[in-house]
Amino acid sequence: MKIKELTDIEGTPSEMEVIKDRTNYLRGNIEQSFAERLTASIPDEDTKLLKFHGSYMQDDRDIRNERAQQKLEPAYQFMIRVRLPAGVATPHQWLTMDNLANTHGNGTLKLTTRQTFQMHGILKWNMKSTIQEMNNALMDTIAACGDVNRNVMSTSNPYQSDVHGEVYDISRELSEHLLPKTRAYHEIWLDEEKVVDSNEAEEVEPMYGRYYLPRKFKIGFAIPPANDVDIYSQDLGFIAILKDGKLQGFNVTVGGGMGMTHGDTATYPQLARVIGFCPPDKVNEVGEKILTIQRDYGNRTDRKNARFKYTVDRLGLDWIRNELNTRLGWEIEQERPFQFDRNGDRYGWIESDGKWHLTLFIENGRVKDFDGYPLMTGLREIAHVHTGEFRLTANQNLIISNVTATNKEKIDALVEKYGLTDGKENSALRQNSMACVALPTCGLAMAEAERYLPVLISKIEDTLDEAGLRDEEIIIRMSGCPNSCSRPALGEIGFIGKAPGKYNMYLGAGFAGDRLNKMYRENIGEEEILATLKPIFFQFAKEREENEHFGDFVIRAGYVAPVTSGLNFHS
Amino acid sequence: MQLQTMNSPFDQEQVELINRLLPMLTDNQKIWLNGYLAGSQSAATVAVQEQPGLEWYAQQGGAPVATREITILVGSHTGNCESVAKEVSKKLQDKDYQVKLTPMDEFKPKDLKKVEDLLVITSTHGDGHPPDNALALYDFLYSKRAPKLEDVRFSVLALGDSSYEFFCQTGKDFDKRLEELGANRIHARVDADLDFEEPAEEWFDGVFSVLNKDRETDRPGAPAAASGTQQTAPAEQPAYSRSNPFNAEVLENINLNGRGSNKETRHLELDLEGSGLQYEPGDSLGIVPENEDQLVDQLIAAAGWNPEDTVSINKQGDTSSLRDALITTFEITSLSKPLLEKAAAFAEGNALADLLEPENKEQLQAYIYGRDLIDLTKDFGPWQTPAAEFIKILRKIPVRLYSIASSSKANLDEVHLTVGALRYEANGRKRTGVCSTQCAERSEAGASLPVFIQSNNNFRLPENPETPIIMIGAGTGVAPYRAFMEEREETDAQGDAWLFFGEQHFVTDFLYQTEWQRWLKDGVLTKMDVAFSRDTAEKIYVQHRLMEKSQEVYQWLEAGANVYICGDEKYMAKDVHATLAAILEQEGNMSAEQAEEYLTSMRSDKRYLRDVY
Repeated sequence: MKIKELTDIEGTPSEMEVIKDRTNYLRGNIEQSFAERLTASIPDEDTKLLKFHGSYMQDDRDIRNERAQQKLEPAYQFMIRVRLPAGVATPHQWLTMDNLANTHGNGTLKLTTRQTFQMHGILKWNMKSTIQEMNNALMDTIAACGDVNRNVMSTSNPYQSDVHGEVYDISRELSEHLLPKTRAYHEIWLDEEKVVDSNEAEEVEPMYGRYYLPRKFKIGFAIPPANDVDIYSQDLGFIAILKDGKLQGFNVTVGGGMGMTHGDTATYPQLARVIGFCPPDKVNEVGEKILTIQRDYGNRTDRKNARFKYTVDRLGLDWIRNELNTRLGWEIEQERPFQFDRNGDRYGWIESDGKWHLTLFIENGRVKDFDGYPLMTGLREIAHVHTGEFRLTANQNLIISNVTATNKEKIDALVEKYGLTDGKENSALRQNSMACVALPTCGLAMAEAERYLPVLISKIEDTLDEAGLRDEEIIIRMSGCPNSCSRPALGEIGFIGKAPGKYNMYLGAGFAGDRLNKMYRENIGEEEILATLKPIFFQFAKEREENEHFGDFVIRAGYVAPVTSGLNFHS
Repeated sequence: MQLQTMNSPFDQEQVELINRLLPMLTDNQKIWLNGYLAGSQSAATVAVQEQPGLEWYAQQGGAPVATREITILVGSHTGNCESVAKEVSKKLQDKDYQVKLTPMDEFKPKDLKKVEDLLVITSTHGDGHPPDNALALYDFLYSKRAPKLEDVRFSVLALGDSSYEFFCQTGKDFDKRLEELGANRIHARVDADLDFEEPAEEWFDGVFSVLNKDRETDRPGAPAAASGTQQTAPAEQPAYSRSNPFNAEVLENINLNGRGSNKETRHLELDLEGSGLQYEPGDSLGIVPENEDQLVDQLIAAAGWNPEDTVSINKQGDTSSLRDALITTFEITSLSKPLLEKAAAFAEGNALADLLEPENKEQLQAYIYGRDLIDLTKDFGPWQTPAAEFIKILRKIPVRLYSIASSSKANLDEVHLTVGALRYEANGRKRTGVCSTQCAERSEAGASLPVFIQSNNNFRLPENPETPIIMIGAGTGVAPYRAFMEEREETDAQGDAWLFFGEQHFVTDFLYQTEWQRWLKDGVLTKMDVAFSRDTAEKIYVQHRLMEKSQEVYQWLEAGANVYICGDEKYMAKDVHATLAAILEQEGNMSAEQAEEYLTSMRSDKRYLRDVY
């Protein structure tokens, strides 16, 4: 099928589409802009293109006003995000990131909600060497952001390590398969010789075309009963179907997504739905065809309505399935039964097939040396002795994976030495908490998230202790803005920033990530948050049914109505 | 010199009264009286002239001209010499002498032979070398082409800073060389320290008495005004100056360095409203600083003095408490060899005297470096003399000059400064720059600073607004370029402008970053190159950026661009000079000699201008 031309798009193409049109397959003026020494920023148009290269221009918002007064431009810096399929990194890669964070970054690493490394505070002139050093460690940042397929996620917890390995391989192959083919990244960052490109989209970008996708596109693989990747939040999901411990194939889900815009009810978080089943060897084909459906039918005039979820809701599941079958030339099969039990992580050591795996609690995914808690140093020391992998989980935690029995002792010693934690001394609420970066670096943040959620949780814990709920697992998530990087709409308690110190509070998502929450209070501050939650916790402690989760309870108790489709999120 | 009925318009009684009164008057009283007489007769129709001598001459039908022309040659670096020279020139002209005041670089060396009476007023660079605008004349005098100067009479006033080893060296060199060339010294050279006002006046009085005596001899009966009096008529409002600074209110005081910087550079905006002070881009602002009171208290404690002792603070006999005098009047933060020599007389034992022995020269230098009067007092005190006596050996607290960072056209009644706060540790104590930390720590908005304008004709924008300019500066050396840009923006000057700026770190030390960015966008600034030495493993400085752009720099030079250098002299200015020469060699196919000649001729054309310190 022919790739659409800009002129084929109904309505006025959004500004981003025009930029994609004139910037020669993600090149633009990035190279020149990065050579300019008088500002640490790059022009707006290049910032938009740069996302496709895995980086956002940001500034330290804490000191923006102060610097303006000092006649200094904002403290411009770059966030760079690695493409790390399924969140699997070698010890060498871990050490590379650790070193880059301490030489070029702000001395910390963020383990993201999409299982990858994010580094902040990189100055313009250090970007190239940073990317080159990543490249030397066999990592890249291509398509880690931008209107393309993003980092492919996959379940981390390897309690069936054979299947886990198999699914990891498939997710990695799909990630490679859906990479943009332009050489822009290699020319700009890796000094690859420039070749005169054909300008024919079919040759340069046979899959994406000249305009790439209308919006970002997210893919995840889940291995039930774990739904750690929040499969229902993905544009495209693959749910592994096992029989007798063997991988049969995948249920295919479409049309999930978190982001929305405050005050615009035409935008909403949505849960993905299963449209059928495909065998393991057809994953790339199915993935590509669904991606091209979104390429051709996604909204390119309004970026707020451009995610695949809106395309699916507009055209209907049946239409999508038919279009997919047409593009495949064969029909996908009937979906198979499966069961999720949770979307959180399980902490501590587990053994599987003679190998050991240690899940460490990394609060909000921030790796750094805290006062009295040298987390970053401890993990670096582990990387020096570790022979397996590091697995970054979708809940911003870290698994020291595939540890041999002999190495387990060494790692345990380091865990003890550096006081690394599996989080078990924390409340179960904190262990199930997640926050995006937000202030001071994220340009979109309306309120604090990562820096504030731990503080808020400490205050909530007082109530939990009083109510005897310290060990009760409750999913709590906070995002600084409705773009929802921490998937707050899937928190049993969710917060989305509205303004400094003010949040919308949502309640009632499913513990397994299979139901959205609903707004319970709008635009409230800390005092009201605590006052509102307190009686609900006490009632929950008193009236809950056996094994009833908090998110289910608030619905049964009538605090909020259940939301099983994003279309009902605002109603 | 006594008035007589013969040589004045007064009768015998008047002459006696005046002759009794005049010697009793202080300078200030004379000035006041002069103004009083001028003012009291202005409404009347008659008769007493402002300059009775002139009137008298006219009545006698004589010509009011001295026979010998006086040439004043000025070698100035900061503008101090220039201001002294102007005053000297005015005083002489007021006495009807024919005076020609010329900056040394505008004086044709071969005209030396034609000079009759020569007054040389020159400063010295810290390393003992002549100031930029004196170089050519200096070299000429010391060359074989220097003429015999037997008909020339001369005297030299040397300005310097006694904390440097080669104190007043250039003045000494001129003095010595003029004598060698046969010129006749009419008054001994005076070497003036940073507090140069009094010695400069003494020098003038000495020179003037000789000149005046000659004139009397030449023309018996010529009037002789009391020598050394200042004959300036009082202005309608007091003219603010070095000796009478204006208290300017601080309007704004911003740290230009971002968080995490090693530097603290203060941007000060001062209110000049009502001062009548005028300045041009390139001028400096003088600040009369005060010592930090805690430091003074430490000194008083170390010396075992009584802070309330009454002490004399000047030759006029004004007094204040010891503590106030040390805060406002005397320098206590640096040492010099002359000071140590004087202090040795008050020290118990011989330790200090030993240190001053010629064979201990190196130890002496090492001792002086980074130490202050507190150290000296702790090491060699207690002083065997009362505080009131001891402080007489101290210099007056020197004023500090800062290149002005604003254009008065763009900032009516304001002046802006860029001041780097100096803080370091030496010999176990934290040390601070007197004035810079006063600006940084004790000059918040609403406070005031005593200031005056120090004109600097050696650092001016080209007269032709179309002339391109290349501005090179590191750190606070960028200050005058901000003034240049404001001026060129305000006057809509069309000439191209290229700025080379260097500092340590891009993120925190890019002084006035957003302003340069705006001027670039608006085209007031054509090009800018920056060098941040601590951002990269290999240190990059402005001269490296210049060299990178050698071809274009050469094109600009050939197109007639002015080159400005402002900032550190020892390293930056020297390296930039060498780089400019290298560019000329490389791009203009010149020999090293030709390149130097090119720069020398740029200098004499006032196209290669430096404000370095």
